[in-house]
Amino acid sequence: MGQSKRDRVIAIAMLMPTVILLAIFVYGFIGWTGWTSLTNSNAMQRLSQQPAQYIGLDNYTNLFSGLLNNRFRIDLVNTVFFTLMFIFFSLAIGLLLAILIDQKIKGEGIFRTIFLFPMALSFVVTGVVWKWLFNPSSGINRLPELVGLPPGNFRWFISQDRWFEFNWQDFPVIVAWFVVALVAVIGAWLLLKRRTQIGAFILAGAILISTWILVGGAASLNIMDRPEKHGFNVALFALVLAAGWQMVGYTMAMYLAGLRGISEELREACRVDGATELGVYRHVVLPLLAPITLSAIIILGHISLKIFDLVYVMGGGDNLFIDMPGINMFFTTFRGQEFGQGAAIAMIMLIMVAVVIIPYLVSSLRGESKR
Amino acid sequence: MTSTSQSSTGRKIAPMNWERTLSRGLIYVVLLIFAAIFLLPVYMVLVTSFKSIDQVNISTMWTLPSAFTLESFKEAFSELAPGLSNSLVLVVPATVISAAMGSMNGYVLSKWKFPGANIIFPLMLFGMFIPYQAILIPLVEFLNNIGLFNSIAGLIMVHVVYGLPITTLIFRNYYTEVPDEMLEAGAIDGAGFFGLYRYIVLPISLPGFVVVIIWQFTQIWNEFLFAITVSQKTPMVTVALQNLSGSQIIEWNVQMAASFLAAIPTLIVYILLGRYFIRGLLAGSVKG
Repeated sequence: MGQSKRDRVIAIAMLMPTVILLAIFVYGFIGWTGWTSLTNSNAMQRLSQQPAQYIGLDNYTNLFSGLLNNRFRIDLVNTVFFTLMFIFFSLAIGLLLAILIDQKIKGEGIFRTIFLFPMALSFVVTGVVWKWLFNPSSGINRLPELVGLPPGNFRWFISQDRWFEFNWQDFPVIVAWFVVALVAVIGAWLLLKRRTQIGAFILAGAILISTWILVGGAASLNIMDRPEKHGFNVALFALVLAAGWQMVGYTMAMYLAGLRGISEELREACRVDGATELGVYRHVVLPLLAPITLSAIIILGHISLKIFDLVYVMGGGDNLFIDMPGINMFFTTFRGQEFGQGAAIAMIMLIMVAVVIIPYLVSSLRGESKR
Repeated sequence: MTSTSQSSTGRKIAPMNWERTLSRGLIYVVLLIFAAIFLLPVYMVLVTSFKSIDQVNISTMWTLPSAFTLESFKEAFSELAPGLSNSLVLVVPATVISAAMGSMNGYVLSKWKFPGANIIFPLMLFGMFIPYQAILIPLVEFLNNIGLFNSIAGLIMVHVVYGLPITTLIFRNYYTEVPDEMLEAGAIDGAGFFGLYRYIVLPISLPGFVVVIIWQFTQIWNEFLFAITVSQKTPMVTVALQNLSGSQIIEWNVQMAASFLAAIPTLIVYILLGRYFIRGLLAGSVKG
């Protein structure tokens, strides 16, 4: 474009307010939070009007091994289980609905509207409504009675059952094995793709980490001196159902957009080649939807890592069986006035989200500039 | 379905038709079951909120009210009214300002390439993914210092700033589709930066604005974390609803009626302009 120098300067100047605002409110504030997480800032310190003291990583070690406060550990375990179940649930049902709706059915618009309307609601509304539905003595537990069955007795979000219990002292070992599994899968995948050299190299790395775990390397990272039980809190099912109800429409919309992008000629060509309808989906459609699945996993994953409103409304910060880091941060900071501790929780949340989001942002913008 | 035909040709075709009808039927059955599940909470909300207090009991949870009454809506509205009006005062300026700034940013980023834009843009986008807990402590301190803590003005500012990444993204993607030639023609006619924006870009921006305004309106109306941290004294609708549901003395029929009231504005927007809502939704996944 025939842009004059003056206009280019104006263009950059017009962008500046946003750049400066975000530089301060996002990056400046993150830095500020990061610093706070390294100090003993709390109500006492603020009252005494003394500057907060630098205490290194004490707030973080306290979160992972503190004697009195096991809440953050509970949150972390809850987040992992919730995230996995929530993503699986949303992807599976979203894909199923998208495929069904894509079958040139009558009333497509109505079905789409029904499956997507929860997305327009606030998590607060969802929380209030589902709290009523999950009420163990009324709500969906009463539904079977309508067809003459005995009422259900699952306690939903106030259930205190716990599955897959493990000792927090084994946490480093469990994480290490998880890393091994991940690395091994990547290595095997590369081998399958015939990138033998790098695949073998990565697999060797997996074996190396395994030996390190087996000789006790990972176990020695444990800094907790007493056993502490954690596990999958069954109450999370309720949370998955409510959050899934709200977000399934989103994955459905993404998949539907993807399905509409696959030309009918391509599918027809496969059918002519003798593929069954199921075969067309297995070998043509699903592989083409893989990038959408990845995007959906990342978007859903970062939502579930940050989840706050829904849990706040359903648990109110008292129900540790569905507690999450976001809630813990809020109550630690603004009710408990433990600013340093709260900032540390926030930073861990930020790191978890950044690990998921940054590679995604970089790769999708890079892909765009190539296009 | 009529597979009773005895002729050989009939037999050949009939099973296929029959199979097809069966699978079509199955598709509808599954879809209808899911639709019923999705609408279950809506049914519960409506049934409960049209009941009077003495009708709300465990054994008749799922049955229709024996007498329809608007009592609970009246009570819910009087409880929720301040929240509804606060949210309205918040959402209009916050949406308009963030949309206007987003449009300008999108114009610059898509049509005025400058060195470093490839670095600045992702850095801006990162701001819409962060857990806001990571900026909450400094934010409260900052708002306190400039005297905007616990005020709607403060919350407007917060929503404008943290809404900028998504509005910028949507407009940038929208303007990228506008052919550069259109602007070049304008530039030849002597239009400068603002002239091009005013006479070429802005007139074709309506769909972009619709998507962005709907998106921001829904997000800000539904938002809870900032509302409860920054503006507890002037509660927004979500905070008012949570307070109402957290209190032990408010009956379930009122709670359900209040949830319904709080959801109405965004639901109306969604039902009337769902197409644009979905576009905003998909834009959130960056590639669009």
